[in-house]
Amino acid sequence: MHSATNMPRFDTEHVIPFVDSLVLSANKRADRLLQLLVEIQTQYSFVPDQAILRLAEQLAIPSSEIRGIIEFYSFLHLVEQGDFQIHFSDSVIDRMSGSKVLIQQLCDRLGVSPGEPRADGRVTVSTVSCIGMADQAPAALVNGYPLTKLDSKRIKAMAQLIESSTPVDEWPADFFLVSNNIRRRDLLLAAPFQEGSALSHLFKTGTDGILDKLSRSGLRGRGGAGFKTAAKWQMCRDIDADERYVICNADEGEPGSFKDRFLLETCADDVIEGITLCGLITGANKGIIYLRVEYRYLKQHLEERLARRRDKALLGEGILDQDGADFDIEIRLGAGAYICGEESALIESLEGKRGIPRNRPPYPVTSGYMGKPSVVNNVATFFVAAWVATKGGNWFASKGTAESIGTKLFSISGDCRYPGIYEFPFGLTISKVLDECGASETQAVQVTGPAGNLVLSDSLERKLCYEDLPAGGSFMIFNKSRDLLGIVKTFSDFFAHESCGFCTPCRVGTSLISDLVTRVHSGHATQQELDQIQIIAEVMNTSSRCGLGRTASRPIMQALQQAPELFTHRGETG
Amino acid sequence: MSFILDGKNIPFKEGDTIMDAALNADTYIPHLCHDPEFVPHGSCRVCLVSCNGRYVSACTQPAVDGSEVESNTEAVNSIRRELVAMLFAEGVHICPACEKSGSCKLQAVAYYVGLLTPRYEHFNPPGRLDASHPDMIIDFNRCILCELCVRASRDMDGKRVFSISGRGSEASLVINSESGKLGDSLFDVSDRAADICPVGALLPKHKGYEVPIGQRRYDITAIDGAAAREPVKKSGKSDD
Repeated sequence: MHSATNMPRFDTEHVIPFVDSLVLSANKRADRLLQLLVEIQTQYSFVPDQAILRLAEQLAIPSSEIRGIIEFYSFLHLVEQGDFQIHFSDSVIDRMSGSKVLIQQLCDRLGVSPGEPRADGRVTVSTVSCIGMADQAPAALVNGYPLTKLDSKRIKAMAQLIESSTPVDEWPADFFLVSNNIRRRDLLLAAPFQEGSALSHLFKTGTDGILDKLSRSGLRGRGGAGFKTAAKWQMCRDIDADERYVICNADEGEPGSFKDRFLLETCADDVIEGITLCGLITGANKGIIYLRVEYRYLKQHLEERLARRRDKALLGEGILDQDGADFDIEIRLGAGAYICGEESALIESLEGKRGIPRNRPPYPVTSGYMGKPSVVNNVATFFVAAWVATKGGNWFASKGTAESIGTKLFSISGDCRYPGIYEFPFGLTISKVLDECGASETQAVQVTGPAGNLVLSDSLERKLCYEDLPAGGSFMIFNKSRDLLGIVKTFSDFFAHESCGFCTPCRVGTSLISDLVTRVHSGHATQQELDQIQIIAEVMNTSSRCGLGRTASRPIMQALQQAPELFTHRGETG
Repeated sequence: MSFILDGKNIPFKEGDTIMDAALNADTYIPHLCHDPEFVPHGSCRVCLVSCNGRYVSACTQPAVDGSEVESNTEAVNSIRRELVAMLFAEGVHICPACEKSGSCKLQAVAYYVGLLTPRYEHFNPPGRLDASHPDMIIDFNRCILCELCVRASRDMDGKRVFSISGRGSEASLVINSESGKLGDSLFDVSDRAADICPVGALLPKHKGYEVPIGQRRYDITAIDGAAAREPVKKSGKSDD
């Protein structure tokens, strides 16, 4: 484990050789820039000016563009951070679990202001968007390693460990315990995956056979858009191209979602086999897992699984001793930007640039990574694909509804007794889900994160399926004691923080909405301002360039439509 | 192949966007970040049109044979009006005192969509000016992030003087030079990038109000008339 005291304090003489060795290992490829910046950030706690100028020279990229990339990603810094970098997760669930008080306690104990390194360079305490630990909130990262179930006692201990410069690998192991919290198993989680089984079936039945199974299974992309997986893979396979890529989207940034973190930790083989399967079917030779930097702690574990699979001829050249079955997978890190969960922004990021979504068409399946046909799928999609290839499409289709076939993993968090991972068949009602996870006095549920749907207690018979409530991974529960408008405000702030800033309606609109919702929440909004929110929302929905802007106004609009009483007694009317 | 734009038949050829075809047919669709000389960008969203009932940006959307496109309608213009109002709120645009007044596309498009008053609380960012260059000055608060100077400097001047830094409302134009100042960069007043800014962010020094306000380009002809007279060059996109 990387330890705090092992981090060399930044010194000028060390920088140039370090950057040169990184550039060399990246074969001087400019598209590796983001990976190099992450390495430099990890080494020095920031990206020093000397490193920027050296990279600019070596990679022939203007230094202003390198700074522009650093300033785009939340985990990259131009200013030296502390030896101990504490990033508190700042999702609505963390806040409900008392994170704000804990942040204040830690800052007070250490004598530091949020976001600013302490004068002696010992520590920086800051907040980041959801780190994917909502079932064990409040949570934080220390030098990239997750700390779960924080409380005042643990904060006190952390402050002491930091003051005594105790390396992170000597901190108590239970601080870093990440629980799986599997609460309900169905088709997919009932038994362990038999590694190699999906690939054996591929060689038995051929690519058309597997595509037929996927088609029967009705599998739709688990990232949110719900595109049919079999159709996407087939399109990529059938396009004439010299190279193709398979990209696993492990940039799980949706607040309240942690199913991908769970899968990468617990079912890594199933996921990797799904990626490999896709590679062999589409004719790609190369797969990339884009791992969000918040899950950096899983990188070593994943590298080990990849290495083991190479040893067993399940990855690499001649998979299962078949001639020409060559496919390998590389892990690349993100650097903290929710927008990179959008597939074309993810590809830009993989090419070493700011994560700005691309104009579409063309879609990645025809022109993706490096301009080549690319399948981009969510972690959970590859996971299900591996199982369907093994067990068959009809097996999966035995559960679910007509349009929403099979089962799905849900990340359940918030006001319930048993937060965690639940595998449910599609079509379950919200109230049934609430019963299973031990929720009571429920005021509202946010399905599929802030960009999804707000469901109030009068609509709990709605069903989780594409026909009714399209369900992504995140399922956040709020009981009657919660300030619903405060929650809406958190979501509005989140979108303003995560907008990439490229197009006018999203860049300006998310800021305007965030300000207006703050006014509403503090009771200072007028009817005119409420009307303005609706106009801005309409403009963002119709004219934004990508899904972020088109959905960013949903929390406030759904609250206005479903719970107008929250607004009328707060603002002046008329 | 052709499509219908506000009742008018617009012919197009393979690979044309809606914007390409409209410009070739001398038909104005308002735009700020688009210039036919450069790769389409799609950031300002002012060229929003309804194509078969779906809102798309005309500068990036490939034209579809037989499609029905609405542009100069109240439904579309009301959205554009808000978009332009957002740009005015975000920056600092002091039209009466701006050297670009009368030949500024932001101002001209505002008139075209009927935006005559502010609609949102202004962000009032702190003043940021770069006057280090002998011939040109940059007022960052008038920049609308259209990236035309970024594209011109990169694709035509071969210099990459400009780029965008940061994220969200922190996004801003930056200069490639050791000091971050324009005066220390490779930028030259004869660059294509020096002459491309649609607003008053990048302005020439040493001359002011040579043409009196009231007699400038869009003072004489409204932007929908003036644009139709602009020579149409080959789209930057069609080289791929």
